[in-house]
Amino acid sequence: MENPNPAPSDRAPIKLNMVGLSKKDYDGAPSTLCKGCGHNSIASQIVQVGFELNLRPHEIIKLSGIGCSSKSPAYFLGMSHGFNALHGRMPSVATGALLANHTLKAIGVSGDGDTGSIGMGQFKHLMRRNVRMVYIVENNGVYGLTKGQFSATAEEGLQLKYAGQNEFPPIDLCMEAIIAGCGFVARSFAGDAKQVRELLKAALSHRGTALLDIISPCVAFNNEDDSPKSYGYGTKHEQPLHELGFIPYAEEISIEPMQPGEFRTVRLHDGSLISLRNLDKDHDPTDKMAALQRLHRAQETGEFITGLIYYNPDRPSLAEVEELDTPLAQLSPERLRPGREKLEQFLQAYR
Amino acid sequence: MNVLERQQEAGYATSSPVINNFSLVVATANGTGSQTANLTLLRSFFKMGIPVHGKNIFPSNIQGLPTWYHIRVSHEGYIARKPSEILVAFNPATVAEDVQELPAGGVCIYNADLKNLPRREDLIYYPVPVSELIAGIEVPVKRKPYIANMAYVGVVAWMLGVPLQVVEEALGAQFDYRQKLIESNMEVVRRAHAWATEHLRKQDPYRLEPMNKTEGLIIMTGNEAGALGAVFGGVSVAAWYPITPSTSFMDALREFLPKLRKDEAGKPTYTVIQAEDELAAAGIVMGAGWAGARALTSTSGPGISLMAEFVSYGYFTEIPAVIWDIQRVGPSTGLPTRTSQGDVSFAYTLGHGDTKHPVLLPSSIEECFEFGWKSLDLAEQLQTLVFVLSDLDLGMNNWMGQPFDYPDRPLQRGKVLSAEQLEALGGFARYKDVDGDGIPYRTLPGTPHPLAAYFTRGSGHNEQAQYSERANDWEGNMARLARKFETARSLVPAPVTLHNSSARVGIIAYGTTRYAIEEARDRLAPQLPTSFLRLRALPINQEVRDFVAAHERVYVIELNRDGQMHGILQTEMPEYAARLRSIAHLDGLPLTAQWVQERLLKEEATL
Repeated sequence: MENPNPAPSDRAPIKLNMVGLSKKDYDGAPSTLCKGCGHNSIASQIVQVGFELNLRPHEIIKLSGIGCSSKSPAYFLGMSHGFNALHGRMPSVATGALLANHTLKAIGVSGDGDTGSIGMGQFKHLMRRNVRMVYIVENNGVYGLTKGQFSATAEEGLQLKYAGQNEFPPIDLCMEAIIAGCGFVARSFAGDAKQVRELLKAALSHRGTALLDIISPCVAFNNEDDSPKSYGYGTKHEQPLHELGFIPYAEEISIEPMQPGEFRTVRLHDGSLISLRNLDKDHDPTDKMAALQRLHRAQETGEFITGLIYYNPDRPSLAEVEELDTPLAQLSPERLRPGREKLEQFLQAYR
Repeated sequence: MNVLERQQEAGYATSSPVINNFSLVVATANGTGSQTANLTLLRSFFKMGIPVHGKNIFPSNIQGLPTWYHIRVSHEGYIARKPSEILVAFNPATVAEDVQELPAGGVCIYNADLKNLPRREDLIYYPVPVSELIAGIEVPVKRKPYIANMAYVGVVAWMLGVPLQVVEEALGAQFDYRQKLIESNMEVVRRAHAWATEHLRKQDPYRLEPMNKTEGLIIMTGNEAGALGAVFGGVSVAAWYPITPSTSFMDALREFLPKLRKDEAGKPTYTVIQAEDELAAAGIVMGAGWAGARALTSTSGPGISLMAEFVSYGYFTEIPAVIWDIQRVGPSTGLPTRTSQGDVSFAYTLGHGDTKHPVLLPSSIEECFEFGWKSLDLAEQLQTLVFVLSDLDLGMNNWMGQPFDYPDRPLQRGKVLSAEQLEALGGFARYKDVDGDGIPYRTLPGTPHPLAAYFTRGSGHNEQAQYSERANDWEGNMARLARKFETARSLVPAPVTLHNSSARVGIIAYGTTRYAIEEARDRLAPQLPTSFLRLRALPINQEVRDFVAAHERVYVIELNRDGQMHGILQTEMPEYAARLRSIAHLDGLPLTAQWVQERLLKEEATL
């Protein structure tokens, strides 16, 4: 058994959350990624968020495609079912799994190659269908497992030892998501643990697909300080859009006093609230064109903006469109097979 | 000498009528609505109690290219394709060729507006003055061409002696009993019939007489039957990408599910998703099967090419799902609207690495229905992908059949552990062969137990589903998968065998080639008695081996170029490789009995 994590023992001072689990219960297997990989810090934040939000591990599924990023679901939430799919095909698998049981919470982890190249079609169609899940792209602009080729999100003109110079413009996954109809589009930086955590919490409450494009530097193949997806560059050029504070609905709502004009509060579908500090005064996350313009501007100035870039909670999720009620995976045999008389009756029209 | 005298001279006088035994072909242009007229004829004959079958030979085109509809009636019950004696010539583009193909003494019913009708001395001609017959009928301009086709229905009814009341009943079924449509169409039929009665003299020998051989039977397409089977098999997630000739499978599923599978509150117990391509369709059913839904997709050859990566994945990770492949002619785009059995060897071992999949081989609408529900059972029992290989001929054409038998067993959900079972067992290992049948236990996401979770991966794994590159883990797992496939032999539908004690020659076939073979066997019986084994699934069981052992020579007859099933059987039974002989052929059309007969005799003569 992979990390069976028996119920917490009574060897006291372990802190338990509201569902009786310790933070350790949200761990996965030990990571086999490189030391210092941005992906590992994202995995730690997922563990932390699971603990803080009192998630029941059996109600979560974690999915991924192929690549370094896609290995990481093994390194968190060991008590949740995991599905390491095919390269670029996680979106379709997630769609199917969540049609079978739309009451599950899904966390998908993909990479820039997995999403931006081989999986672009499935990525766009997942957004278009608004499948309810958190879709994390651990974005480092490079193919790590095959030793350093450019991915489609690599910056034009970027110079790497193995691959030489990148001649093509990058695909901005946040822009692609907005255009495809995604209602929760955020960008963050793996080094900014607090922001990653807050965005994750908000994303888990969104009623549709929530995209977190997290710049996650590759320590082995794309960490030159002048590369926009390196730690050095990230810490210097990160431009937070908002400060986030997330208050789960289950708790009493108490937020810091808001300065008029500085905060924007958005009620999430499940009733929980997300409050945003609008550092970039002219950015309104509910304005689609403004979001696209802001991304475009950032691309031109070589910065990456972080925070919730676009938010629209109004589109129904796929499960809602399909009017799913009892999870299809849990239907009783009587509801799956009509009675004998139904067959006889039906065939009358074919006589 | 008039036609009648010529006929008498040629020896096919009207005095010896040919009753309930002929083929008729209707030649029209695609998109002119002739399908309604053709199905009206088919249903009329069926309602007269005469065994009948129709085959639509249509183009990959929306409008304009030629299409032929073949109807065979046979009092003996033979329904294989047979060259036609009667032609309804309504397509100027093909009329020259169509007329040439008729045998001497054949009948040509033609649209009198045709300018280029070839005249043959040895044929009987009946005109249909279409423009005259539809003049003044009140229908929207758009529907004029549709109505025009009803004119030949009237003349054919006159020629064969089909009561107009029967035509009206057939039309009713065709138009879902919408009175206005029935009336305007029937008006044309009546006018044409009256015109023919007044102006034509029957000179041909062909006639229909009522029988009782279709009593209690139904008539349906294979795709409809398969979809209905899936509905009763509890399909809950279906995903697909449109492709001829499988599209009508999903059309039927989407029509039937709302009628049969809404719960008391009117909520659907299913979902059908049109995916962005076949890759995604396969991914959706994989995800759904993994999470505990009964999942299927339907496609055709080009689709399973795209699905190959998920099929390899599904084999290795052991996820239940069903793929219906309605075969058309490949390779490549091939002939999208013609039939074949060309995907057999591809489907059987689809995927990179060592992969094998159960393949069900329906030959009739009854089997489409049965395999429709059974495939979903097998997928979950075996925790693997199951292919159902139908073909365009079966899937898209209307066939007679017995009303379907209700499933004779409850839904088989396979080895799925509940939270209570996990508690009692103290955990489980996802890929461990506990029962010795190669089939492990699984849990579904959402199972409320801390020991329920496991990690599904297409990479090397051990019994606990943990990542492993160890040599013995790899080999042990693959050996277990092979063992599981052995278990499949006894679970998949067994073959149907007709043993003939005096036969030294056996025939093995599968799917829709059976109709030509059954007719050929009857015709050959006096000179070449044969036994017949009809495969209904792969992998084969002992019965197939015994059948081959009991005959000196066994011909494997199939509708592809390379003898794909022949190759599979030789590999499965190397000890009988020399005894198995291939008769294979593919031109896009269903086999005829005559071709089977001639090929068998030729093979036997050259021994």
